[in-house]
Amino acid sequence: MSGTRQSGHPQANEVVRLDNVKRHYLVGDEIVRALDGVSFSIRRGSYWAIMGPSGSGKSTMLNILGCLDRPSEGAYWLNGVNVAEMEDNQLSDHRLRNLGFIFQSFHLIPELTVRENIEVPMLYLGMPHSERTRKAKELADRVGMSHRLRHLPSELSGGQRQRVAVARALANDPAVLLADEPTGNLDSATSVQIMALFQELYEQGKTVIVVTHEHDIAQYAKRSIILRDGCIASMHGEDT
Amino acid sequence: MTNILIMWPFVRLGLTDVWRHKTRSLLTMLGVVFGVASVIAMLAVGEGASQQALDSIKRLGSQNIMVTSEKPTAEEGGNVNAVQSKLAIYGLLYDDEARIRDIPGVELTVPARMVRRNTRFGERQLELRVVETIPAWFDVVQRPVLRGRVLTQNDLDMHANVCVLTENGVRRLLAAEEMNDQRIRIGAGMFEVIGVVKNEDGGSIRAPDSEADVYIPMTTGKKLFGDANMRPTASGMEGERVELGQIIVRMNSVEVVEKGSKAIEFMLARFHKKKDYRIDVPLTLLREAERTKRTFNIVLGAIAGISLLVGGIGIMNIMLASVTERTKEIGIRRAIGARRSRIVIQFLINTCVLSLGGGLVGLLLGMAIPFIITWSTGMVTVVQSYSLALAFGISAAVGIVFGLYPAMRAASLDPIEALRHE
Repeated sequence: MSGTRQSGHPQANEVVRLDNVKRHYLVGDEIVRALDGVSFSIRRGSYWAIMGPSGSGKSTMLNILGCLDRPSEGAYWLNGVNVAEMEDNQLSDHRLRNLGFIFQSFHLIPELTVRENIEVPMLYLGMPHSERTRKAKELADRVGMSHRLRHLPSELSGGQRQRVAVARALANDPAVLLADEPTGNLDSATSVQIMALFQELYEQGKTVIVVTHEHDIAQYAKRSIILRDGCIASMHGEDT
Repeated sequence: MTNILIMWPFVRLGLTDVWRHKTRSLLTMLGVVFGVASVIAMLAVGEGASQQALDSIKRLGSQNIMVTSEKPTAEEGGNVNAVQSKLAIYGLLYDDEARIRDIPGVELTVPARMVRRNTRFGERQLELRVVETIPAWFDVVQRPVLRGRVLTQNDLDMHANVCVLTENGVRRLLAAEEMNDQRIRIGAGMFEVIGVVKNEDGGSIRAPDSEADVYIPMTTGKKLFGDANMRPTASGMEGERVELGQIIVRMNSVEVVEKGSKAIEFMLARFHKKKDYRIDVPLTLLREAERTKRTFNIVLGAIAGISLLVGGIGIMNIMLASVTERTKEIGIRRAIGARRSRIVIQFLINTCVLSLGGGLVGLLLGMAIPFIITWSTGMVTVVQSYSLALAFGISAAVGIVFGLYPAMRAASLDPIEALRHE
């Protein structure tokens, strides 16, 4: 592609780096520019919020950051590797090793118990059984869910489910925790608890990116990007 | 080893999924259950039948050739020996036996006549099927001796009035007690019973003496009764004159059997104006039986194939439904970082659990059915281990083949779309 601009390798402390990322869709005869040249970088151990109204390219940004989608143009470096050039299997492996997803509607597997849900990424990583069990317990303990290991998601409250989802997201020791409207399905009291959990993880040195349209939630982050019409409208906060 | 450990959670997942939809899984499995059961049961019945046929042919001896006298058909018989006396003259001659003995490769010839004769034992009078033959008969056609002895060369030379009864004959004479040393009247002569032999048990192809009641030395028979056998009928006496009812020819090796039978046929055709004989070659019958068995197996294979195909389509249908139902789960797994191949494996394991489960039930059913058939009808059935392996292997193959398409479809889902699926 002629438009692809090769850019320099990210610095060691940049866990995420986007260089002029574009994502275009063809809808009918029309080209929709969901992302139209976005560049920014995120340092390891920082806490970011990505905001924007619907149609701003927020979801597309989430999919690209989450390695579920590739940019049409530009480069996206996640943990030192350019995702734009990856094929499907590499992309899967990259997600498995570097990303922890937290979704708005939790997305736990309903047939699996809490422990088994937390173990899913470890299973794909090929961890031996004893280690999986040990680590699942440890993670459940970390999110305060160790008393519910044998329960099915349907037996848990929303807040509990999201805690389990956070434990699962941590199971592969990801470079980046990527949360998509993590409190969208929770009441305000539970939301506060979940955001406190994120704060805790940030303080433990995790890189956290929260994609949200709620200002209250974005307030927890140290830095934020506001997207509008596929471009960065503004950036706030200090890099820590 | 580690691979198996890594696979186990996926196998368990497959099992729990099957368990969660018990009714649906059961119905899905039915196709494979009946497919596998019918393969095993049909093969068992077929194998039983053909083994019985092959056994009886083998008992006739694969080195043997049977030459049997046969009354010519009406028109043929009409213009030849049907003289006014109503005495039909046909069949094999003593000379034929001598000529056959001269054919190269012939080791032994055993002549026999089979005639029905009035018999009397104590107060009981009935018609018995009498075989007049020589001692070698008992070498060529195996008849286990139950009591006493069979005919000897001495009996033959002495024109002895001795007879060997078959179990059948004993039963027909209603002789519950020990028959040895008893005397029975056959036609005009008194015969001493010297032994009892076992009858032939079942089978589609029988030895010529399978229905016989009593054996006597050929020489004694000829002396007492001659070659003609007259019987009273409504319009007077009617009879036939047959020198030899049967000649069993044993060749000195299996290889020369075909050649020998050709030579016998050629020779008999030269000396007999009409075809009043029949040549049976057990070896040929054996080959025919084996050919029939092969055909039978092909038909069975086709039927089994169709039923397994139907079962497989059933599985595929259910798996496609399951993929739709679990789209979101697929999306979650893909987002977490499962490669497409992992999704394929997960769904394949699921179908394999269904098809192997069905195969296992079918296996048990397939082993039970022949047992029930044997128990209720007395038919011989043989469940062969290869058929079990075959049926089980096929059911596994069905799982993989028909599971592949739904699994590929599951894996090809776009994770973003799949996550959005409700």
